[in-house]
Amino acid sequence: MSTIPLTSDKLKFVPVLARPARSLWRDAWHRLIANRLARLGIAIVVFFLFLAIVIPFASPYNAKIDSDLANQLLEPSLQHLMGTDEQGRDVMVRIAHGAQASLGVGLGAVSLAVVIGTLLGLISGFAGKSVDLFIMFLMDILLAFPGLLLAIAVVALIGPGLFNSMLAISVVSIPVYARIARSTVLSLKEQEFVTAARCVGVRSSHILFRHVFPNSLSPILVQGTLGIATAILEIAALGFLGLGQQPPYPEWGAMLADSVKYLTSGAWWVLLFPGFAIMLTVLGFNLLGDGLRDALDPRLRVD
Amino acid sequence: MLRYVIKRFLTVIPVLVGVSMLVFSFVRMVPGDPATIMLGERATAENIARVREQLGLTKPIYEQYWIFLSNALQGNLGTSVLRQEPVTEEIVRRFPATIELTLAAILVALVVGIPAGIISAIRRGSWFDTFSMLIALTGVSMPIFWLGLMLVFLFSVVLHVLPTGGRLDSGTSFAATTNLLVLDTLLSGHVDLFFQSLRHLCLPAIALGTIPMAIIARMTRSSMLEVLSADYIRTAHAKGLKERAVVIRHALRNAWLPVITVVGLQVGRLLSGAILTETVFSWPGIGRWLVDAIFSRDFPIVQGVTLFIAIIFVGVNLIVDILYAFVDPRIRFE
Repeated sequence: MSTIPLTSDKLKFVPVLARPARSLWRDAWHRLIANRLARLGIAIVVFFLFLAIVIPFASPYNAKIDSDLANQLLEPSLQHLMGTDEQGRDVMVRIAHGAQASLGVGLGAVSLAVVIGTLLGLISGFAGKSVDLFIMFLMDILLAFPGLLLAIAVVALIGPGLFNSMLAISVVSIPVYARIARSTVLSLKEQEFVTAARCVGVRSSHILFRHVFPNSLSPILVQGTLGIATAILEIAALGFLGLGQQPPYPEWGAMLADSVKYLTSGAWWVLLFPGFAIMLTVLGFNLLGDGLRDALDPRLRVD
Repeated sequence: MLRYVIKRFLTVIPVLVGVSMLVFSFVRMVPGDPATIMLGERATAENIARVREQLGLTKPIYEQYWIFLSNALQGNLGTSVLRQEPVTEEIVRRFPATIELTLAAILVALVVGIPAGIISAIRRGSWFDTFSMLIALTGVSMPIFWLGLMLVFLFSVVLHVLPTGGRLDSGTSFAATTNLLVLDTLLSGHVDLFFQSLRHLCLPAIALGTIPMAIIARMTRSSMLEVLSADYIRTAHAKGLKERAVVIRHALRNAWLPVITVVGLQVGRLLSGAILTETVFSWPGIGRWLVDAIFSRDFPIVQGVTLFIAIIFVGVNLIVDILYAFVDPRIRFE
């Protein structure tokens, strides 16, 4: 929005324009903050990020200290607010430690997928012809598998573990970002500003990364945020199947797998709380992603 | 229409070839010798040689792929290493259980999701709308295996009203024909077994159906809201049509399209979800078999089931696309 000097007499007729100039991102941020559900999402995400970053520093995980066989499967009490598990470990402490695995893998997998996917998409859209056909063919093949199935198959082959599940989840979500980046390129590459840049002799790579790529940032940001939610569900699923984080390290999905054995003995706390942590984190990222979409969608920009 | 169908069919073929290559290379991508990994370090050289032979690992790679592909085209997906059973036969035996579960889940999702979405859209802002959208939002954020376990805990452990898993009570024997037990028991007149299989199906279907239900409800709502603000709806109201007629005859008909697409998109989620649901409820379908095979490192099963599910997934997407073009003529003339 152009700024008009406050002394201009145009102001008398168009007082709306007197609003101070704001950048696109600042504008989006204000809209995001104005959204109640998005604020809730931010609060949840910040809370779990705090757990994931601070807890491992404050009290590094130590399986020996953690295990306390005298206090097996205690019901929630003042000493153990969420009870203890079959090895006498405090469930709340383990959930707090588990945040690192879920958020770390979620963020890591999505970042990796965004970088690779966006690069492939940009190249695909810009190069066109056979390069485009080939890259999109590869993406179609990846999309021919239900996401979790492919992740399971990949982990089954490269071996279980947290890092390997991150790789698997990442591979599965590459096509999404490739498609977004490609469609941005395709819709922009015939536009005047690209032709203009080309005419003044700007290199292709510069046009691609400095002129075209920034336009795909907002859909990728929205998709990425929602993608973290999916990735957290997938890492929990792999953990539940025993393909993710290996014992004794805490991970929410693996904790749920352990709780199955004590289901019939009525130990509801080992079942309820880890699942609730997963749900809350995923909900947080979903709310944030929805909020970002509303805030960044230019069609809704009418203020 | 026929042109469109043929075109869509032709685009699927290269994808399926690519899928088969990827699945084929899975086993070859394993670091180390697959035969040794499968049999363990203490296996005899003889056994390793036998498995290598059986997997065709002694031949050049392009020849191996050609054999794999031509076998797969003839419906032969290899033989399980541990039990020496043909993978295809076992899939045929187990897949009906997965189909039964998946269909029941779709049914749950549609029967609850669509009316909830419609009512939410009509009574926008009401407590029903707020409440059902809140449920939908938490529904999509829930890990389904957790939901499944909670259902088991509540209905089986605490309330003792529904079984914890399996397809029939243990000790019950029943000679199934199609292996869709709900259908089989009904057709053969075993009413008690019919109800028994329904009771077993209840919890897994709810667990698997919840996420699609939430997504369908949200989609129906937003699609209905868009349509309800259209001019022709105002016209319909102005003509003096009853609310019911406006909603069902005018609005719903046009709100269908996005809903169909979303239902189609849920198939992948359902197939993935079935793997987890079957594990939670000891449901003897292909998902649980796959997980078991992963742990026993029986790669021909992993390879075969992965390929099979991918083919089903691609096939369903194809059908959805064609169905969509059938309902919306704009697509086939693009």
